[in-house]
Amino acid sequence: MEDIFSLLHGFSVVLTPYNFVLMVVGIVLGVIIGVLPGLGGANGVAILLPLTFSMSPTSAIIMLSCIYWGALFGGAITSILFNIPGEPWSVATTFDGHPLAQKGHADEALTAAFTSSFIGALVAVIMITFLAPIIARFALQFGPAEFFAVFFLTFASFIGASRGSPFKVVASMCLGFALAAVGLDSMTGSLRLTYGSEHLLAGFDFLIAVIGLFGIAEMLSTVEGGLQFRGTHATIRLNVVLETWKKLLRYWFTSIRSCVIGCWMGITPGGATPASFMSYALAKRFSKRGDNFGKGELEGVVAPETAAHAAGTSALLPMLTLGIPGSPTAAVLLGGLMIWGLQPGPMLFVEQKEFVWGLIASMYLGNIVGLAIVLTCVPLFAAILRVPFSIIVPVILVICSVGAYTVNNNMFDVWMMLVFGVVGYVLQKLNYPLAPLVLAIVLGDKAEEGFRQALLGSQGGLSIFWSNWLVGSIMTLGMLLLFWPTIGWGISKLRSTLGGTPAVANAQSNEKAQTSH
Amino acid sequence: MHKQRLAVIMAAAFAGTCAVSSANAAEWEPTRPVTFIIPAGAGGGADQMARLIQGIVTKHNLMKQPMVVVNKAGGAGAEGFLDVKGSAGDPNKIVITLSNLFTTPLATGVPFNWKDLTPVSMMALDQFVLWVNAEAPYKTAKEYIEAVKAGDDKKFKMGGTGSKQEDQIITVALESLTAPKKFTYVPYKGGGEVATQLVGKHVDSTVNNPIEAVSQWRGGNLRPLCIFDAKRSTYTDKVTADMAWSDIPTCKESGVDTEYQMLRGIFTTPGATPEQVAFYVGLLKKIAEAPEWKKFMADGAFNQTSMSGDEFKKWLEAAETRHVGLMKEAGFLAAKN
Repeated sequence: MEDIFSLLHGFSVVLTPYNFVLMVVGIVLGVIIGVLPGLGGANGVAILLPLTFSMSPTSAIIMLSCIYWGALFGGAITSILFNIPGEPWSVATTFDGHPLAQKGHADEALTAAFTSSFIGALVAVIMITFLAPIIARFALQFGPAEFFAVFFLTFASFIGASRGSPFKVVASMCLGFALAAVGLDSMTGSLRLTYGSEHLLAGFDFLIAVIGLFGIAEMLSTVEGGLQFRGTHATIRLNVVLETWKKLLRYWFTSIRSCVIGCWMGITPGGATPASFMSYALAKRFSKRGDNFGKGELEGVVAPETAAHAAGTSALLPMLTLGIPGSPTAAVLLGGLMIWGLQPGPMLFVEQKEFVWGLIASMYLGNIVGLAIVLTCVPLFAAILRVPFSIIVPVILVICSVGAYTVNNNMFDVWMMLVFGVVGYVLQKLNYPLAPLVLAIVLGDKAEEGFRQALLGSQGGLSIFWSNWLVGSIMTLGMLLLFWPTIGWGISKLRSTLGGTPAVANAQSNEKAQTSH
Repeated sequence: MHKQRLAVIMAAAFAGTCAVSSANAAEWEPTRPVTFIIPAGAGGGADQMARLIQGIVTKHNLMKQPMVVVNKAGGAGAEGFLDVKGSAGDPNKIVITLSNLFTTPLATGVPFNWKDLTPVSMMALDQFVLWVNAEAPYKTAKEYIEAVKAGDDKKFKMGGTGSKQEDQIITVALESLTAPKKFTYVPYKGGGEVATQLVGKHVDSTVNNPIEAVSQWRGGNLRPLCIFDAKRSTYTDKVTADMAWSDIPTCKESGVDTEYQMLRGIFTTPGATPEQVAFYVGLLKKIAEAPEWKKFMADGAFNQTSMSGDEFKKWLEAAETRHVGLMKEAGFLAAKN
């Protein structure tokens, strides 16, 4: 009950005109930041952080967290329109969002993405409001073995859900692991696979790889197809929002499942990226239209977006209560907290009530305002596709190059982006799926880190991954998902042999009956 | 008489020209936006300090040109240091350093050395504290070290930030006291994560910097055993209900003779002129006087030793020799290829 009063007080803090203006400014900036590839939420917040030192901590966090919400919304826009994910967690949105845009349904895909984001975030905030102290302790259960188990589950659900040759999926994933291994080995502190090159010290940045593999490769194939892009003929419908909402009601179960995955991954804190991938893979597995995923299925947009936002929002909970950032942006916000003189951790909720509840209230309002802003702009965003592609391709190429450069202020990255573009194009032509490759680049080093930390602790014994109910059940679930196709095949085989034996027996007995006649 | 007067006039004139020229020298100012490189990831200790400096410069209008902060964390900071090393002749660039200034080239073999950069100032020294979980039975550093010594080899897990960096160096130093028993050192990415892992009892102890663990200390989840400094901390304000930073005994007085502090210093590009260095020294002095800086120092229980010029260079020489010794002893030197 006390929490409700605190929350209402929080609303009154946020709704002062000054804070409200900061909120709107934050969201608009965030959307722009999310749209520009390379300039992710973390960079955006870091750049604007010094501006906030003259504000009160509450106003500052309202503005910065709204940039975060805005960036979460904005990441979906370029993913759907141009197949260029602006943020790691938007990658899974491209799988079905971009095919929808190609079919001329960009506006539907955008509406679905924004609405799902909003629902995911809302559920996560409600959870934070009422369950914060209980859930926060749960994150402490997570040691290296548990982290590895979560990443393993993500990989496993992806391999298990793939169509086509599982060997190609594994090959693509292994290439991703190899790329993720370049740079500093965080366990031994020595360099590997850099071949003495200064440029490879930092390894391959995820954003560079993804801008190349998705964005540039996509442009290459569009150019190859004679610059044909069917999306250009889409009519602009103003009532698209309501129409799409009607369709979305059908996917209520996917939404609930994605919310659960997202909240769980945000708290643990696995993060928004594994949440979006896992949610997509599970939606594909359990959907009636699973075979249609990847060809432009609205459900394939709903699942990753809902989970990404539920995770992105609930990631703030471990940050506030424990001081562990669940996402890179949360890490920067964490630094901000300390500079404003606030110490995140168990005491924050006790000592800085106004700040905490102001932030939570701004999560509610920020997401509502954000949704209103981006939904009004849907026809505008969709209209971008009406610009002839021969004009848009060079513009995107420039934006991509600038984006790749900004990641590390390094020209080498721009060349790498182009190389990745060609690699992506070739892989596409050879029917290798790109998603597992990207997934491995994003999560490969974290998974490796968790695996090796766990083994250090257990002196090399693999039993640590089944040492308690938590890690054991996640690992077992992962194993089940990984071998699902094999198990499914085994069951059907078994069924046919079991079903077959009586049939044969019948036939034999029939024969016997016949011969006896 | 005349001669004397002439001499006085000459002297005065000479002094005057000197004054003018030194005034000119002090008048060098950045000609372009100043790039401030952080050889570490966003959100860490060096990152926080650098962004605070940027914030103070902006808020108090200490510089005409803006300051742009860039993280170049690749290769344990090597990326950032190589960038500064390669920017000779561009004085509009500075870098904040942590111990990786010494440890990274030794551990990875990437070719750079602090002498490749131009030292500006030491801003402070960051402390290290030996922490255990509040529910652990050890009340003093001695008790803990004895327990490690009495336990099985590698039974006790020490969590730390990075591999072959400062946290592991301290761990190896402690092992000279627990010999022949060793710790299992588990490297993590960031200090906050290490502190949480200790709260969750996934490791047995850490050597977190004060600011990384303070909130968990105040929350009653962690217990500080000793501080790795020659003297106790000077901050006497109560942090928890009954303890201040100054109440934590030094490791030496609790019978664990180990000392280590981490440099938080600022360097600029190779070949910077004395005037250019003087500008940055002056700028950093003004920053150190800002109330925001003082609060940050107190929150993080920093050792506020600051120095510049030859004194700083001498300190760097000694610190380098010490790190080479420690790294060699621990077997952390990269194989020469």
